[in-house]
Amino acid sequence: MTMSAQLAAEDDADLVGRSGGRRAVRVSTLRWVVIIGLLAFLIAPIIPLILWSFSFRWTFPNLLPTEYSMRAWEAVASPTNDVLLATWNSTVIAVVVTALSILIGVPAGRALGLYKFPGKRLVELLIVAPIIVPTLAVALGMHTLFIRYGLSNSLIGVIVVHLIPALPYMILVMAGVFANYDSAFESQARSLGANGFKTQRFVTIPAIMPGLVVGSLFTFLISWSEYVLTLLVGGGQVITLPLLLFNFARSGDNAIAGALAVVFIVPGILVLVFTSKHLSSGQAAMGGTGAL
Amino acid sequence: MTNVTLSKLTKEFEGKPDPSVDHIDLEIESGKLTALLGPSGCGKTTTMRMIAGLLRPTSGDIKFDGKSIVSIAPERRGAVMVFQNYLLFPYMTIRENVSFGLKMRGVSKTETRQRVGEMLDLVQLPGLEDRMPKQLSGGQQQRVALARALIVQPKVLLLDEPLSNLDAHLRDEMRELIRRLQGELKITTIFVTHDQEEAAVLSDKIALILRGRLQHFGPPEEYFERPASVEIARFFGGVNFIPGAYDGSVIATSIGKFSAPRSSIASGAGVLTIRPEAVEIGGEGANSVPGRVVSHVYAGRYARFLIDVGGIRIEAVSDPKRVSQIADGDSISLRFDPNEIWVLAQPTEGDGVSLGASEGGNGSVASVSGDE
Repeated sequence: MTMSAQLAAEDDADLVGRSGGRRAVRVSTLRWVVIIGLLAFLIAPIIPLILWSFSFRWTFPNLLPTEYSMRAWEAVASPTNDVLLATWNSTVIAVVVTALSILIGVPAGRALGLYKFPGKRLVELLIVAPIIVPTLAVALGMHTLFIRYGLSNSLIGVIVVHLIPALPYMILVMAGVFANYDSAFESQARSLGANGFKTQRFVTIPAIMPGLVVGSLFTFLISWSEYVLTLLVGGGQVITLPLLLFNFARSGDNAIAGALAVVFIVPGILVLVFTSKHLSSGQAAMGGTGAL
Repeated sequence: MTNVTLSKLTKEFEGKPDPSVDHIDLEIESGKLTALLGPSGCGKTTTMRMIAGLLRPTSGDIKFDGKSIVSIAPERRGAVMVFQNYLLFPYMTIRENVSFGLKMRGVSKTETRQRVGEMLDLVQLPGLEDRMPKQLSGGQQQRVALARALIVQPKVLLLDEPLSNLDAHLRDEMRELIRRLQGELKITTIFVTHDQEEAAVLSDKIALILRGRLQHFGPPEEYFERPASVEIARFFGGVNFIPGAYDGSVIATSIGKFSAPRSSIASGAGVLTIRPEAVEIGGEGANSVPGRVVSHVYAGRYARFLIDVGGIRIEAVSDPKRVSQIADGDSISLRFDPNEIWVLAQPTEGDGVSLGASEGGNGSVASVSGDE
């Protein structure tokens, strides 16, 4: 996507100016369809969860719970429970995984997006491989290695194994960003007196910020919702929210499972709200989320 | 006020057999406008990027005021480059763009504010501080890019094809602005262009670069009046080349003898060249030859004739009124004013230069032109 095309697509006023009102009308109709669709498929399923979390008795065929209680929320908030620990673990793991993904994914994406080098196609294929090959298969193979190096049953081990599914998304997003990125802006900044660090700080990072936010969102949420790998490598010692949630759901306690699910959803929504301005504003001018 | 010296400057790229820039020696005077001229891919932009510090030379040296700067980082050289496509940072306002260099140097906010205002006045864009780059026209963006470079008071200003992205009318305006600013600020300015006319109009001196090598360095009129080689003459719009034997005052060609006091060689195998504007249609007497009109083009302000003289094609430009008097196929006389003839050395084999005119290769008048 070119710079101007992207700006046009993201700015209704520009659209009206460029190609008359008709396209703008179509865009806004489309926008409503998308919003309603999102509400129906994403928000609506959460409502029963919230109801569950406050219910004491909710049996067929009643549409709403017949008795309400705060029992589930008290249990979730109770310090004797593992919920706080699991939330803490989940947060630490997801944040560290995201940070590591940025550290590895941004240079890797830059290399893939900006430069030509022999074997580039192969590298691209290998990067996508963890997404195509079932992660469980890879992780089972890696598990023996993890045991040998003392990484199993530890927080670090879980972080490392989460990188397997998370990192490819970061690299792919950043490769798309850098494919539309003009590194001459960096030369221009250098020429105007910015040293290497200031060039990154004032030119490169602002230019790739939208992609960086999208990529971070992906990696954070992938790590946040990972169940199988955490269970396998953490060996039940590293307890995260998905593990806890699965336990309660399996034991049939719908009220607590509902409350936990709500807790589980909150960070995703928060992150999305917090970063939405990066996802839709004209900030993407110098680069873009091209491959997406 | 900085003079720039290039000595044996060379840049080789991996995977390319020939160096892109090949042992260029150049002494660029302080406070002057110098053009690096050449067709695309000749190494002129590579040379400029090396001066800016964005490319490391393979060998050779670059000096500002006698001090080597090749090992100095681009941000500390004091050479600021303005790119062909302006490269205004799109997420910054015009004020932020123009003040970028000052911010990098830690200049105070009040001083920055004042200098941005002054600079925008200087490039005739007052009051646009809070606009975004995309809200500006191409010409305005170019001027902002110029302001952004000038505000840091560079020792050397580098302009990459400063006029090529502008339409004709803006081009003239920009040309005036660059000349005026350069005259006022006296910054040593080097610019890259592929257009010989642009180089001639804008610069004090032109460095012509072909295939990575410096061909000639001198004021514009030298290129038009006294080119150093057939290749240079051709690049500057020369089209008439007639080989012959030169004895120091007369050149004997296959179509006759011409007295030619002006030459770049003492004697020997030479090439007579004369600009189409200097060929006198209908001129008789000494230094004249009979010919036959092959074709002509009417261009409003002038008319261009292609004339066959004993198997050699000669191009002549004349008053457009001649078109009504001369028809294709007519026999006419041509006179070469001795003071307009310039005798060059014959190009040697392997230069990749042929005398197009003697081979009759220039079939149509309109296609004959020096630029690429």
